[in-house]
Amino acid sequence: MDSVRIAGVGLTHFGEHPERTSRDLFAEAGLAALDDAGIDPDDVASVFYGNFMGELAEHQGHMGPLAAEALGIDAPATRYESACASSGVAVREAVKNVRSGESDVVLVGGAERMNNLETAETTESLAIAADDLYEVRAGMTFPGAYGLMADAYFEEYGGGREDLAHIAVKNHANAVDNPYAQFRYEIDIEDALDSPPVAEPLHLYDACPITDGAAALVVVSEKYAKDHDLDAAVAVTGTGQGSDKMALQDRTTMTETPAAADAAEEAFTEAGIDADDVGLAEVHDCFTIAEVLALEALGLFDPGEGIGAARRGDTLPDGDVPVNLSGGLKAKGHPVGATGAAQVVEMTRLLRGEHHNSEYVEDATVGVTHNAGGTVASTVVHVLEVAE
Amino acid sequence: MTERVRDAGYDDFVDSLEDGAGYYLQCAEGHGSLPPRRVCPHCGDRDLTERALPETGEVVAHTVVHVPTPRFIDDAPYITAVVDFGEVQLTGQVVDVEPDSMTDGISVSPSVSRTETNDDRLIVFESR
Repeated sequence: MDSVRIAGVGLTHFGEHPERTSRDLFAEAGLAALDDAGIDPDDVASVFYGNFMGELAEHQGHMGPLAAEALGIDAPATRYESACASSGVAVREAVKNVRSGESDVVLVGGAERMNNLETAETTESLAIAADDLYEVRAGMTFPGAYGLMADAYFEEYGGGREDLAHIAVKNHANAVDNPYAQFRYEIDIEDALDSPPVAEPLHLYDACPITDGAAALVVVSEKYAKDHDLDAAVAVTGTGQGSDKMALQDRTTMTETPAAADAAEEAFTEAGIDADDVGLAEVHDCFTIAEVLALEALGLFDPGEGIGAARRGDTLPDGDVPVNLSGGLKAKGHPVGATGAAQVVEMTRLLRGEHHNSEYVEDATVGVTHNAGGTVASTVVHVLEVAE
Repeated sequence: MTERVRDAGYDDFVDSLEDGAGYYLQCAEGHGSLPPRRVCPHCGDRDLTERALPETGEVVAHTVVHVPTPRFIDDAPYITAVVDFGEVQLTGQVVDVEPDSMTDGISVSPSVSRTETNDDRLIVFESR
């Protein structure tokens, strides 16, 4: 099977840009990706676009054509929505589309505008990714859902808030030199422990911020890359997706995320790798406990061992498997519909050796991205490898 | 608020809980689920039978929500819990325990109350 290459990547700054429309954010990231690829925009055969809450935040549906138009591209364009995994799913569809031979060039990404709403309105908008009948009407917020998962995890395996604080401290430190990141400052354990409660046991520094931003990639066939002499050394060698019951109450356990395990198994099998081959990972740490669940679902740590990974140093930049060298959702920011694509962009930059934290992973050739929607009712996993 | 259209299945379930006659759906394989369902979400079986919801269940996880959505703005802080009734689990708010003394594992009974904020119907639990 021919590999699918990443020819170009682009990001906006992730942060508070309440006045900027999602179409403008996506235009910035998409044009940067086209420029980075150095291709003729007329060669783009399709635009795949991820967005979650555009109807609520911007009173805007039907965003596919709008995204293509913002880039000056006249091609079939489709929006993908899978909550916080929206653009992860879009990337997966782009990879499958190119791999199938349907297209040689697909522009894919996502954008989200969130800070134009009040915090309570944003909380309400994000909550629609949970089951409205049985969860939202019971007062479950998104922090609340992950609070339940953290409580269940502590109950089953032990661990506590201080373990989670080490994850927040790590991801803040990783973002300090990232020009695209929302929070470019370090915190310490006491800052995290002393922050106000949001949904106990989770406190403010366990949570990612509310973020405006966009991400985009140009995905091409290996043949197109060769024919056009593109510098596209990073390949997507595996893609996987899994689903789970929407509501936590309908699952057999709250301490595992089988949708992510299924996605990882599919992606790793396609790539011909196992967890031991993974040199670094960008995982969906919308809350600190989510990083723990991701590490265990990917098979990087046994059940019950992920909680201590940051505290032991295993996932620090100089550890065995650096995790979220970008700063993760926690510190880089989480513009929901852009996050899955942004993880692939950051991983590409890390593997190309052009990232502010690339020095920690100079010998790594295999990177994994993990993008989760809802309370991990949707998950997309990608394997990226340095192909040449 | 304008009168909202009922959600068939769900509102029937809440009515039954309010009347002290809660139920769940059980498939031929014994899996439990809550309405509206046409198939068992666990195995796809279409043979679903109403069974009485046990009067008490056990709290398997809880959180204390301090930052709510607008429709719970006057209710916060509150305890949201997932309660195990054997074949089925249900999510609601524990209303008679102080957040600081709340623990998993306690026995609770389900009923229906109203939110402070909008007087919306709300599934609640009281300790037993």
